[in-house]
Order: sequence, then structure tokens, then C-alpha cells
Amino acid sequence: MTIRGTLGRAAAPVILPPDAPTPGLDRTPGLDRAPPGRSPLRREGPAKLTGTALYTDDLVFPGAWYGHTIRSTEARARLLGVELDPAFDWSRVVVVTAADIPGPNIVNLIQDDQPILAFGEIRHHAEPVALVAAPDRALLREAAAHVTLRTEPLVPVLDPLASGQVFAHYELSTGDVAAGFAEASLVIEGEYRVGHQEQLYIENNAMIAVPRDDGGVTVHGSLQCPYYVHKALRRSLLLTDAQAQVIQAETGGGFGGKEEYPSILALHAALLARACERPVRMIYDRHEDLAATTKRHPAIVTYRSGVSADGRLVAQDIEIVMDAGAYCTLSPVVLSRGTLHSGGPYACPNVRIRSRAVATNTPPNGAFRGFGAPQTEFAAEMQVNRIAEALAVSPLELRRRWLYRPGDTTPTGQVLRESVAAEEVLDRAAEAAEFERVRARTAAARTEPGHVTGHSTHRIGHGIGLALAWHGAGFTGSGEVHLASVASVELTADGRIVILTGSTEMGQGTKTIFPQLAAEALGVPIEAVDFAPQDTALVPDSGPTVASRTAMVVGGLVIGACRRLRAVVEERSGGPFAGTYPADARAHGPTRIDEHFEPYPGVEFDDTTYRGDAYPAFGWASAIAEVDVDLDTGEVAVRSVVAADDVGRVIHPVLAEGQVEGGTLQAVGYATIEEVKLHDGRYLNDRLATYLIPTALDAPRIETILVEAPFSGAPHGAKGIGELPMDVAAPAVVAAIHDATGVWIHDLPASPERILAAMSAKTAGKTAGDASAGDKAGPR
Amino acid sequence: MTVRFTVNDEPVEVNLPGVRRLLDVLREDLGLTGTKEGCGEGECGACTVLLDGAVVDSCLVPISQVGGHAVRTVEGLAPRQPDRDHPAGPDDLNVLQRAFLETGGAQCGICTPGMLMAGEAFLASGLPATDEAIREAIAGNLCRCTGYTKIIEAIALAASRQAATRQEAGRPGAGERS
Repeated sequence: MTIRGTLGRAAAPVILPPDAPTPGLDRTPGLDRAPPGRSPLRREGPAKLTGTALYTDDLVFPGAWYGHTIRSTEARARLLGVELDPAFDWSRVVVVTAADIPGPNIVNLIQDDQPILAFGEIRHHAEPVALVAAPDRALLREAAAHVTLRTEPLVPVLDPLASGQVFAHYELSTGDVAAGFAEASLVIEGEYRVGHQEQLYIENNAMIAVPRDDGGVTVHGSLQCPYYVHKALRRSLLLTDAQAQVIQAETGGGFGGKEEYPSILALHAALLARACERPVRMIYDRHEDLAATTKRHPAIVTYRSGVSADGRLVAQDIEIVMDAGAYCTLSPVVLSRGTLHSGGPYACPNVRIRSRAVATNTPPNGAFRGFGAPQTEFAAEMQVNRIAEALAVSPLELRRRWLYRPGDTTPTGQVLRESVAAEEVLDRAAEAAEFERVRARTAAARTEPGHVTGHSTHRIGHGIGLALAWHGAGFTGSGEVHLASVASVELTADGRIVILTGSTEMGQGTKTIFPQLAAEALGVPIEAVDFAPQDTALVPDSGPTVASRTAMVVGGLVIGACRRLRAVVEERSGGPFAGTYPADARAHGPTRIDEHFEPYPGVEFDDTTYRGDAYPAFGWASAIAEVDVDLDTGEVAVRSVVAADDVGRVIHPVLAEGQVEGGTLQAVGYATIEEVKLHDGRYLNDRLATYLIPTALDAPRIETILVEAPFSGAPHGAKGIGELPMDVAAPAVVAAIHDATGVWIHDLPASPERILAAMSAKTAGKTAGDASAGDKAGPR
Repeated sequence: MTVRFTVNDEPVEVNLPGVRRLLDVLREDLGLTGTKEGCGEGECGACTVLLDGAVVDSCLVPISQVGGHAVRTVEGLAPRQPDRDHPAGPDDLNVLQRAFLETGGAQCGICTPGMLMAGEAFLASGLPATDEAIREAIAGNLCRCTGYTKIIEAIALAASRQAATRQEAGRPGAGERS
């Protein structure tokens, strides 16, 4: 970001032209400035800016019907039947229930537990039970109103701590935790609770299914992972590879929310399309999307940290409970990532981490940017900040002592050999935010009696807070080996260079950075490189577009394919690729190179013992937030965030900054205002008027610092970027709130109600001489 | 009912139930799918269009209220609106669209049409392009990708270019920045 300034934004003029770029990076746009490290114009940008980019709901299929989902209105019940009112003329519409599914009634994912349409037992509110399609919306509404679910209520399980059904659990330990605590002179304990968070892509989930002449189905949809959808369709509709075709429409944001959910939606649309033998549109409205689709897992993290008399971190004992909701979805891997990141980026000889993901009768939770890590790293950073307070040392200084450096070993036994930038991101952020100077100023301000700013009668507390995070790039453990991703490049007979990957564009920049990487590897201008559409009939399975893996893993495959293509052509032509490929194509016809993933050298993980290299590399991030807290109302205004993120190598500075800025604001929302309220297993605030996300007025100024600590396993050195900023800003904001108010907020979001309650509890505790165990450092 | 109005300076006549939403008339009856639906209840601003130059959520406007008025949508911004045979290129954009493209103000693009219309109204208002004023101008438009940073940068860049153009043309005025 290029608008600077740390205090307030009242009538501050916008500074133009942009500030000096990060050294070595050129933000100047232009098609001629294409190589990695430069910022060519977003490839699909003009289409998006003229309203001509086609999202799912913009696609027209003549004769298409509209589909609707009949959902449960109970959290748990025995399903006795689906009743169709005999007074209604059902010949004008189609209805689909579980009995109409040709193959297994299972949404293909990790466990085979989630039905496409419920039968026998309803396990969560808003669970799909039946489907209706009609030629127009009025008739559809009328038909849906004549469907009744006959049920018999069952007692739901809503408290994750009371759940007896465990989808996954892990235990990870290193050293001797009991001995570590025996050595500790300071022990800090805390319990931290974080709630659901909605991805809130502005385009709702949407899918259109079109019957094929070969008996199969083609779906067009808003989605991240075409091959997940493809597999789900093949399995449950008993289709061949060719009979199931998945085409990504322009996708209006995903953030993980379109990783697994599109599979069930595509199945619904396809079942209806088969039934009515016409295209069927299933475009969710916001209410349905909020009520029924996956959210970030709520978590309860219980944490004990031990510090020796000479200030070393000697023990961490961590217990994590994640609420998976009614079905397994991706919970084992979300939990795994959360578990592996829960110690934070700090060396500690004695660590024990126990975790479980349990079932409740609430809508299933799933992927959301960060994927388990934001929940547990919030707890980790709260601990470090509270320890700093207890030791009366600067949180910056404490982190400098403890953070991972090259050669350190993680709790899984992974030796961090290279690409370790924890110290650099911390120092860069602290320097840019003038952390110590501002911290001294806020401390001084607190001692002024009756400190008042502005002209109102409200008392405003100002605070600054710091956090540090790590994020494993790519799939966890041996995930990338199992994925066996493929990316291809083809020199076509008519002399075009086409990248073929299943990696999707959803705003993050795949369509721009892959051509950049290919152009560099081939030595051609970026305009010479085409990008094939994400259509399973055309492109190979490059793995899902998730886990911050696209630039690192699939980008690496694109480079590998291009290097091999270049070698083949240069061998044949005897000249440089750029000058000879058109003639080569004419002479030899098409040449296609398929590049298959090969394990990164020296990276090994044992899934059974949970030991080894949990990730090929880690990205590192630090965030420093400044807040104003209204001490009378508890309202928080996040004024600024300085974010330093190490992404290995920056391919496109403008897009990379965009990832950091967007992720940072999602984390600020997570920290301050985003909250799902539940009643009897139902989301109460399932509308955009009641589930709030930050507007431009709520958003802080965000200053991004891109740090490059390359990963040698990837040909271009890139690690991930998408999720890093999501891990780090929330604990920074909560630390700033503490700096402003003197209270620690253990549960997210740090709402005005929670802040006021904590402040009044502290005042009461001070009066009674009874400081709570969670706030040992005492009053300011 | 019959309703006559203009869309991007083209006269339009529709015969529809008066309660039909302007958003649906644009997208489904006129085929102008550039305007997007994000929530259908006036919270997200994705469906923002200009009605006689004023910012409105087209999901909240019944077509009966549009008679005699001028509607402007994202399709009316570029000097040459692209079609299937002539897709848009970077040089086909107006000053605000171009600024969004250069600064990275559009990511997934679904809020972009509404954001552009709010930005257009702001540029036309002649208000000084301060950070605060721009934030106010787009406060009704939600974006989940950008953190708003590069959108604000884009609108400021467009304002400065517009002011420079006006100064060159010898008619300093509304767009000039303080």
C-alpha cells in the first residue's frame, strides 16, 4: 500500500504518485514490464472493468430452469419423509430426493459421511433434503412452499466440548514438557475462543448444470477446484471422465469458501438437470449462502507456556478443540494445520500439542484462508504478548529472543535449514511502524490523568500491538506427493504458446503470474503466452487452488514445463526459442509438455508418526496494528496496520500487495466485528445486514512490506502468500486493544461488549484485590 | 406498466410489472449483466448504478420509479464498449477504469462495477480527493479482496489525472485537488 500515515485519516491528502517501491521491485504497470518482479496489468482486468467478464449468473442458457433446495429447519431430527402436497400440480416441476441419486449419496471429500441429500437423519440446520426445479421463479417458489419435511426431533449436540464424535485427533510432542515446566519460573495459562467466520466472497455460490448428449453433465460454476467437483460428479452420478465436464466461470472471490462447497452444489444442479432434461441454474442468494455454506472452524485453545528464570521459552502445552459441525468435510486437514502452527514461530525444546476436531449439530465448517492456523496462532501470540507483559519486556524484544532462526528445529523435528525470515519480517515491520517509539508514547499517554483526545466527551485510548506468524506453504505433510499435480504447456500447430493448468483465477492473479513465469522461462514477451480456460476437458489436474500453493507448486511446474519445451524446440531449431518457435510449430506440429510434481529434495514427512518436514517451506509475517478504543463504548477503530510478509520471491508486486492488504483486512474483521451468533444450531445473523464485514471507513491504512527469502526447492524461489496475512493481524489488533485499555480479550471478536465487560471486571477486580488468573500482570 | 428511461444515453422502453427491480431489468431484460447482485438488500453495493448521476442500489429500485430518468451502468463507462469479437483491452478504458487496472483496484472483480459507479459519482462531485472523502464515497460498497487500499489509490489517481487534463484544457475547476 502506498498511502502512509499512522494517526487518524481526517482529511489527509492522498499522496501521489505512489511511494518508493520496495527495493528490487518495480510496481510500474505496463505490458512491456512483464518479467517476474514487475507488475504487468492484470490479464482479465479489462473484462472485469467493463462488466464483460462472465460470472456464473451472467451466463445465459436458453430454456434453463431454476433450482431450489429444500432445507431442514431443525438442528437434528429423524427424517420420516418428504411430503408433496397432493393439491399442487407437480407435473409442471421436478422434485429430486435422496432416492433419485444414481450412485452413492455421498459428497466426495475426506470421509464418506456427508450425504448429497439427507436421508434417515437430519444432522444440521439448513441441511439439504430435497431439490425442486421449475421453468420460472414464481412457480418454483410456489412448488417449494408445497413441500413439507416430516420429522421427529432429536436432541442436538451443540457444545463441542460435550461432543463424543471425533473426526480427527493429533498428539504431537517433543522433549519433556513436565521437565520444561519444572524448570520454568513463570507459567502463563490461557484459554482462547474464536468463533465462526464467513468467507463472504461478494459473489455467492453459483452453479449451472447442462445435460450432455452423452448422458453426462457439464457444469459451469463459481469454484476454486474444478477437479474436486469433477470427482464428486463422476462418483455419485456414475459418469466417465468425459461425461463429467467442469468449467470455471469468472469467480467473484473464494477465500476457501469455494473449495469444497461447489461439489455439493454441482451435484444438486446436475441431479435437477438430469430430472428435467434441461439446464438448471442454482444461484444462491446471500441469505442462503450465509445460512448453508461452510465457515471458519470455531476453536477453543487452552495454552500453558513456561519461561525459565533467564527468560527462555522452555515449555508449551497446548490443547485444541475445533468444532467441525455436522460432517467431516476438510476438518482433519484444517486441524492438522492448526496443530502444526499452534506453537507459533518460536523455538521451544519441550512441546506437547493435543488436538481434536469434533462433530456438533451445526452446519459443517470448512476451508477459509489460513485453514486452522489463524485460530491457533491467535492463541500463540496472545501467550507471547502476555508473557512479555508479565516479564515487563518489550513484546518486540521477547520475540527477537525466541523466534526461529536457520538451524532451529520445530516440534515435528523439522530442521529449518533455509528461507527463515522471522527476524527480518519482525524487524522490518517494527522499523516501519516505529513500534518502540509509538509504544513509549502510548504508555506515557496512559499515565496522564483524564487523558482526553478530540472535542467529544468520550475518552479515547490509543494503543499499538505486535504479532508474528509463520505459515507452511503448500499442502501439509506428504499432501503434495499424494496430489501428484500436473501442469502443461503446449506450443500449438498454429504457433501459440498455451499454459494448461487446473489452477483457477479468483482474483488473486493466477492468470497474470503464470504467463509471467512462462514468458521468463521461454524468453518471450508475456503477450505471447496464452492461458487456457479452467475446463476439465482441456486442462490437467494441477491440484486444488488452495493452501497458498498455486504460485509455489503449480508455478514451479509451469516453469519446469516451459524449460523443457524450450529445450525441445531449441534442440530442433538450433536457435533461441523466441526466434524459432513459430517455424518450429509449422514444421513439427503441436508440442505439449506435461510436467509432473516431483517431491522437493530432502523434504520428508511421516504421516503415521507425524514427524519430519511438515511443509516444504514456511512463509513469515509480522503485523503491527494501531487502534483507538473508545473507553466509554468499547468501540475499536483500527487506524493502521504495517504488514511485513516474506513470500520467498515476489512475482508481481502489485498483486502480492493486494493479497497482503486483503488478507489483513479479513483478519482485522475477524479481530473486531465478524461474529456468527447461533441459537439451537442455527445461524441467527445469516444476512448481510447482520453479519458485518469491514467497509472502507472501518479499514485501516495498510502498509505492506514484501520480504524475499527464497525457497530453493521451487525453481523461482516463491513460497505462498495468500494465507500469511490472515494469520497475524488479529492478535496484533488485540494486543493494541490491550495497550489502549489494559485488558486482554481472550475471545474473538474483541467486540465492544467484550471490551467493556473486561474493563469493568478489571476495575471490580482491582477494587476487590482479585486479579483474574488470565491477567497476572496486574493493572496499569 | 410501460416505463421509458435511458440507459447509458440509449432510450429504453419496457413493459413490466412496476415492482420489478431495476437490477433485474438491467441484467435479465436488457442483457446488461455488468451490474452484479451481491445481497439483494442494499447492503453490499455490488449493484450500484447511477440514477440521474446519483448513486443507487439497483436492487432496491423498482422499475416504476425509473420512468423519465437516466440510468448509467458500468457498460456506459468505456469510450468503446467491448463485444464478443472485440474484447476490451487496456487502452479501451476510461480514466477511472484505467486507474483501477494500473493500481490493482480490481481483484475478483465482482464488486468492481458497483465500485466504479461510486467512484464515477465521486469524481463528478468535484470534492477534493482526500483519503477520507474517497472512503466516504465508497463506504456503501463492500469489497472482500483488496482491503480497499488500491481502490482508494485508483480513485485518487483518476482524480489527479482528471484534474491535470482539465488544467491542460485551461478550465480549472471541480476536479482540482486542494
